[in-house]
Amino acid sequence: MIATVADADLLALFGHFLVLSLLSIGGALTVVPEMHRLMVSRLGLLSDAQFNASIAIGQAAPGPNVLFVAAMGYQAAGLSGAAITLLGILLPSATLTYAAARWGRARRQWRALRAFKAGMAPLVIALVLATGFGLAAQATGWGALAAVAVATLLAWRTRVHVLVLVGAGAALGASGLI
Amino acid sequence: MDHNTPLVRPSSVGELFVAFTLLALQGFGGVLAVAQRALCERRRWLSAAQFVELLALAQVLPGPNVCNLALMVGDRFFGWRGAAAALAGLLAVPLALVLVATALYAQFALLPAVAGALHGMNAVAAGLVIAAALKLMPSLRGGALRLPESALVGAAMFIAVQWLRWPLIWTLAGIGALSCAIAWRRIGASSAEKGA
Repeated sequence: MIATVADADLLALFGHFLVLSLLSIGGALTVVPEMHRLMVSRLGLLSDAQFNASIAIGQAAPGPNVLFVAAMGYQAAGLSGAAITLLGILLPSATLTYAAARWGRARRQWRALRAFKAGMAPLVIALVLATGFGLAAQATGWGALAAVAVATLLAWRTRVHVLVLVGAGAALGASGLI
Repeated sequence: MDHNTPLVRPSSVGELFVAFTLLALQGFGGVLAVAQRALCERRRWLSAAQFVELLALAQVLPGPNVCNLALMVGDRFFGWRGAAAALAGLLAVPLALVLVATALYAQFALLPAVAGALHGMNAVAAGLVIAAALKLMPSLRGGALRLPESALVGAAMFIAVQWLRWPLIWTLAGIGALSCAIAWRRIGASSAEKGA
């Protein structure tokens, strides 16, 4: 922590995260610039290094990437900070999603909903593919690109367990082979 | 178990929690690919087409798409308790790990072996996600859009987002409107033929 955290600041943080939650179409990473403006520039709760490390931890650790906000909150204000940022970023969007899902299920015969699902399907798959390519773009060197290709093939065509693939990647990476 | 095995339901809220916990713990670099494997292939709770349907809603609504997906899958089988159990499974144990990692990272981050391992794991994660997309593609067969149309809008979306870097929300809304309009007409036309 680089500033003593006042209760008023924590309340402001929670309020802001509630709003960011509703803006986070495409995931929490889309509102990261706003979080930086708030937590680093305005409230001085984190340093740049702590902010960036949080994002890296969220991506490296198993589980949804959104947990990077908990890493930020924890560094800013301990466990209460983590609770504030995580609950803030999730409660509004989760409530909205739950309500929308129930609404949609009750009306799934509607032509508009069927058109929505059918129309969005290829776009959704395209986005998943784009995410994969985006991750692959971070792989530097031929070894890493080969690892991407091999992992794709094994995950697509075989039943090799995910942890085996991840473990192999970690081992090969740590030993400097990729 | 493969795409021809019949679908089953989770037996309890507890099973939802455990299933989502286990799949989250394998989700280094992102859970969606593991979720596709676990839910559609291993457990057979959803077909690929159903997974894509839920993902569509999960993506256009605010919030992390895998968290939204968990809520919808949980709700589908066990209402609000299922939704809560699935989301809790996705987050609880990983949250503990993230907090521990945050407390310790300063000591470990600088070791070259750690950086190397993360680099390798990231490459594998990329492969897992690409594979997930490839496994979802066959579900487009038999949908309201014909395959060439699906390929066209999908390719347009991919190019716009990955290559041109257009903002996600507007691109999704724009190409989505076109794609949904085609689907709307197709669904209406087939209903008219059946005299519905």
